Amino acid sequence: MPQMNMVQAINDALRIAMRADDRVVILGEDVGRVGGVFRVTAGLFDEFGDERVIDTPLSENGIVGTAVGMALYGLVPVVEIQFADFIWPAYDQIVNELAKYRYRSGGEYPAKVVIRAPVGGGIRGGHYHSQHPEAPFIHVAGLKVVCPSSAYDAKGLLLSAIADPDPVLFFEPKRVYRAAKGEVPAGAFTVPLESAAVVRPGRHVTVLAYGAMLYEALDAASKAVAHGVEAEVIDLRTLWPVDITTILDSVRRTGRLVVVHEAPRTCGFGAELVSLVVERAFYHLEAPPIRVTGFDTPFPYSLEMEYMPLSHRILPALLEAVRS
Amino acid sequence: MPPDDGVVRVLRDDLTLDPENDPGLSDAEVLHLYRHMVMTRLLDERLVALQRQGRIGFHVGSLGEEAAILGAAFAMRKNDFIFPCYREFGAALMRGFELGVFIHNMFGTAKDTVRGRQMPDHYTCRRVGWGSISSPVGTQITQAVGFAWGAKIRKQDVATLVYFGDGATSSSDFHSGMNFAGVFRVPTIFFCRNNGWAISVPVTRQTASRTFAEKAAAYGILGVRVDGNDLFAVVSTVRKALERGIRGQGATLIEAITYRMGGHSTSDDPNRYRGSEVLEPWASRDPIGRVRAYLEKRELWDGAAEERLIAEIDKEFREAVAVAERTPLPPLESMFEDVYERPPWHLLEQRAQLLNGPRAPSPHS
Ligand SMILES: Cc1ncc(C[n+]2csc(CCOP(=O)(O)OP(=O)(O)O)c2C)c(N)n1
Ligand SMILES: [Mg+2]
Repeated sequence: MPQMNMVQAINDALRIAMRADDRVVILGEDVGRVGGVFRVTAGLFDEFGDERVIDTPLSENGIVGTAVGMALYGLVPVVEIQFADFIWPAYDQIVNELAKYRYRSGGEYPAKVVIRAPVGGGIRGGHYHSQHPEAPFIHVAGLKVVCPSSAYDAKGLLLSAIADPDPVLFFEPKRVYRAAKGEVPAGAFTVPLESAAVVRPGRHVTVLAYGAMLYEALDAASKAVAHGVEAEVIDLRTLWPVDITTILDSVRRTGRLVVVHEAPRTCGFGAELVSLVVERAFYHLEAPPIRVTGFDTPFPYSLEMEYMPLSHRILPALLEAVRS
Repeated sequence: MPPDDGVVRVLRDDLTLDPENDPGLSDAEVLHLYRHMVMTRLLDERLVALQRQGRIGFHVGSLGEEAAILGAAFAMRKNDFIFPCYREFGAALMRGFELGVFIHNMFGTAKDTVRGRQMPDHYTCRRVGWGSISSPVGTQITQAVGFAWGAKIRKQDVATLVYFGDGATSSSDFHSGMNFAGVFRVPTIFFCRNNGWAISVPVTRQTASRTFAEKAAAYGILGVRVDGNDLFAVVSTVRKALERGIRGQGATLIEAITYRMGGHSTSDDPNRYRGSEVLEPWASRDPIGRVRAYLEKRELWDGAAEERLIAEIDKEFREAVAVAERTPLPPLESMFEDVYERPPWHLLEQRAQLLNGPRAPSPHS
């Protein structure tokens, strides 16, 4: 099986989808000749030409708005937003248009667009190249939100996202774009949306994580062993609709919950995950759930490693969850 | 090459100035501008080297655009405000932003005016009428209009100049900014650095208009084109726009035709999308070389003066770097300051959690 990093795996998924279906088109800034600032679309311009791999004017609302129109016509646009931090000019098109089209047209105009965007910190990006904005999109009815952590999942989930009938925000953890490497099958395959994966089984505490923070959670879980704590680490993979069954199965066994995400704490996805668990498994809980997250500040530059919920902050949370 | 008609030029090939648009700069003023252009270029080189050595994280330079950047700022008055893009540190320094403070920003130290919160080159200096730099393209354009409009409402004599690139003309803020400035007759100068590229995307992907300046017509404001590699033409054009604004004649869109001679930033490799041959026609129109030739012909400058200047700048730069490298990173508490004027309970709680918790392995690891 070929070895791929996440960039190569996503590139491969795009190529497979475009070969299989000529309605699939890519729009974005610098996605064409240069193949994207992270090289995710490298080689696609040469293979599919400039009517299917389109360098657009510098306007995110223009990109998403026209992609919505293309989708209404019957194409399958896969949009790249260069950094998730620059998605906000398109927020109106995403929230008020893309997400609502199926509903407001009584199903006559399902608008299906995939929006890919690199997310997250730890790359010396300061607050305009580090945001991890899943929560404001999860909050919007009609959007699906995905965030893979491995090359294998990135390819399989992107192929699912492109085939899915609904709009999907596909957030790519750029800190591990090259580090997340592994065996990835050469041809087409899918990883189903709405399925989480138990990536490390354990008895004492459930850890929910995704994207780049999955590796931090795994690191903390392996260090917790020395303290007699066996943490079960779940990679959510699809953030919304979340795989509630896998989460509840785990929490009912461990009775303890730690949620990790890079985004700020308040109204972050962790708040929703904790609520879901408390509502459904309250009597199984033996300790208060703990959120290990970014702080409620803009993402800082010089102190970024102190901002992020890395292993050194997750480990004490695991021990505390089990102690209390 | 963009179309050549209607482009304001002053410095002629024979190194004389076209009297029609000659801004009438004194020798001392030309020397002042020249020194700052040389300084800008030298600092660009040194900062790129620091980035390559891993000592700073990033730099976005101005190679080839020095005359456009410095000439525009020079034409504005002290009481005017400049809303920068991210490529104009040379103009901030010329307006009085201290080199040492700029270098603290490049290293994100505790002495950085924005306390290491932003990437390098994203500094702020209100004291010299300079805005705060944002990465999102175009956002400063509407803000520059609002600032000057506010001053107009309060009957204050303040104009604004806003820098942005050709790529930014595709943003909604560009259109909204021009439209508001037109409707409310706001004294804002929209200074578009048409440098040919938005990272790898050429200007032909930003507009089907022949020129950027002609977009002004749709908003009822004046649009002019200027040779952005001609320092004298830039000063003259911006001055005229400023005078119009002050007289209540409203905003001007200036398209400064120049060229981005380097990569977009230290993160970019331009060889992936353009051959070096595209640089040739621009190399012979180097904005600094043209002014140097003008000064030398008038016996105001020579090789020895150049060497002295470079040695001076180098010394100041090396000292600033040494100081910044000795300066600690901002204190942990600073992360929670300036989110609000006073931190609410939840930030105080989170601050305590950070201070009492374990330390991260190392910054940017
Ligand atoms: C809204 C937004 N989208 C994308 C980016 C990424 N980006 C940074 S600079 C740039 C190109 C800007 O080109 P231009 O406006 O011509 O300015 P120049 O860099 O040439 O000075 C892009 C796409 C961004 N910073 N903001
Ligand atoms: Mg440009």
